Amino acid sequence: MPHDHNHHDHDHDRSHLGAEELRVRALQSLLTQKGYLDPVALDRIIETYGTEVGPHNGAQVVAKAWTEPEYARWLAEDATAAIASLGHQGRQGEHMVALFNTETEHHLVVCTLCSCYPWPVLGLPPVWYKSAPYRSRAVMEPRAVLADFGVTLPESMHVRVWDSTAEVRYLVIPHRPAGTEGWTAQQLATLVTRDSMIGTGLAMPPQASEHVEVAGAQP
Amino acid sequence: MNSAHDLGGMQGFGPVRPEAHEPVFHAEWERHALAMTLAMGATGLWNLDASRHARESLPAATYLGSSYYGIWLAALESLLVARGAVTAEEWASGELQQPGLKLPRILQADQVDAALAAGSPTERPSATPARFAVGQAVRTRLMHPATHTRLPRYARGREGVIARVHGPHVLADANAHRQTGEPEVVSWLYSVCFDASALWGESAEPRASVHLDLWETHLLPVDDPQGQP
Repeated sequence: MPHDHNHHDHDHDRSHLGAEELRVRALQSLLTQKGYLDPVALDRIIETYGTEVGPHNGAQVVAKAWTEPEYARWLAEDATAAIASLGHQGRQGEHMVALFNTETEHHLVVCTLCSCYPWPVLGLPPVWYKSAPYRSRAVMEPRAVLADFGVTLPESMHVRVWDSTAEVRYLVIPHRPAGTEGWTAQQLATLVTRDSMIGTGLAMPPQASEHVEVAGAQP
Repeated sequence: MNSAHDLGGMQGFGPVRPEAHEPVFHAEWERHALAMTLAMGATGLWNLDASRHARESLPAATYLGSSYYGIWLAALESLLVARGAVTAEEWASGELQQPGLKLPRILQADQVDAALAAGSPTERPSATPARFAVGQAVRTRLMHPATHTRLPRYARGREGVIARVHGPHVLADANAHRQTGEPEVVSWLYSVCFDASALWGESAEPRASVHLDLWETHLLPVDDPQGQP
C-alpha cells in the first residue's frame, strides 16, 4: 500500500533529522561568517515559498481562463504576460506556456533531467515530482503513471507529455468540470488541484469539493 | 553527460507514490537548504546551468540515494569548493578558517522580493533567423557529450516535428561551462513533438506523444546523415 510506504519514508527521514538540522545550521553560519549570506534574506525566501506562493496562484489563473474567454485567449497566446497580470511571475516561471486539456487531449508535465517546475503558479514541487519513479516513467508510460494517481483516461484520449528540458515552464489548464455552469471564478478555483495543473489529476467534480459549501455557491 | 540524473525511460524504480496533504517542507533543514541554494545562486559565483551540472556530476549512487534537497546541498558544496569560496575542510567542519571572497553580489533581505519576481529570463536577441519552422520534420543529433546537455538520452537520434518556436534562448549546454567574462551562446529554442513510437518502439503506449524543448544545436534536418543512428 502506498500509505504504508509513505509512513516508512517519514520514519526514515526522522532518524536523520537531528544530524541534518545541525549540519545545515553550521553551513549557514559558515557562509554567513564568510559574508556571503544575509540571514534575513534567507528568512524572506523561506517565507515566500513556505507560505505565500503555491497552487492557489495557478488555480486563480485556471478559474479566470474558465470564466473569461478573452483571458483564455491571452493565456493561449502569451501565458507569461497573462499570468503576470495576476501578479505571478519570476523565478522558474520566466517563460510560461499554458496547455489546455480538451475532450480529446490530455497534457502531462515532467522534468526527466532535474526538477523544473513552474514555481510562481504552483510553488515548490512535491517530492514525487522530483523522484526517480515519476521522472523515469512519465515519458515512457504516462497512462500507467496516471493510474498510480487513480486517473484513467478514455482510450481515445491523446496524451501529450511535456519534458521541461529548457527554461520554458508549463501550466496545464484542466478541463472545466461539468455541472459548474454559473459558478464564479472564486468558486471554480476551489476545484482546481495542484495535480490537475501538472496533469497527474483532473479538476474535482463539484460534488467532491469540500470547500464549496457557502450559501448561494451553486446557482 | 550520461549520468544518473538522465532518468527518462529507465525502469525498475517502482510506482509513483503521491503523499496525501504533503507539506511544502518535510524538515526544517530543507527550508534552509532551499534558501541557501537560492541566495548563493544570486551571488553570481555560478549560473543555474552550472548548478544543474554540479548536481548531475555527483556520483551516481549519491544522486540516486539522496533526497532532492540532499542533492542540492551536495552540489552547493562542490560549487563553493570549486570556486574557492570555501575549503573542503571548512565545509566538513563548519568552522571558518579563512576570510570570504569578495563576491559580485550579496542578496540582501530588501532585494529578495524583486529578485524572485524578476527571475532570470533566458530569451535573448538573435543575429540569425530560426533555421526550422513549425511543422518541419527534424532529427535530433546522436551525441554523448561528457559535458552538460539538455538533450536526454532517450531522445537522441530520433525523428520529431517542430511544434513551437520559443525564440532565441541562452544555450544551456554551453552556459553550464561558461567562464566569468565569456559571452553567452544563444541558439533558437523549439518545442519538438515526438510520436511515442519514435522513442519507445513497440513499448510505446497508444495515442501518446512527448514534447521536448530543444535548441537548434540539438537538431538537424530529418534527412541529414549526421543524425542517423
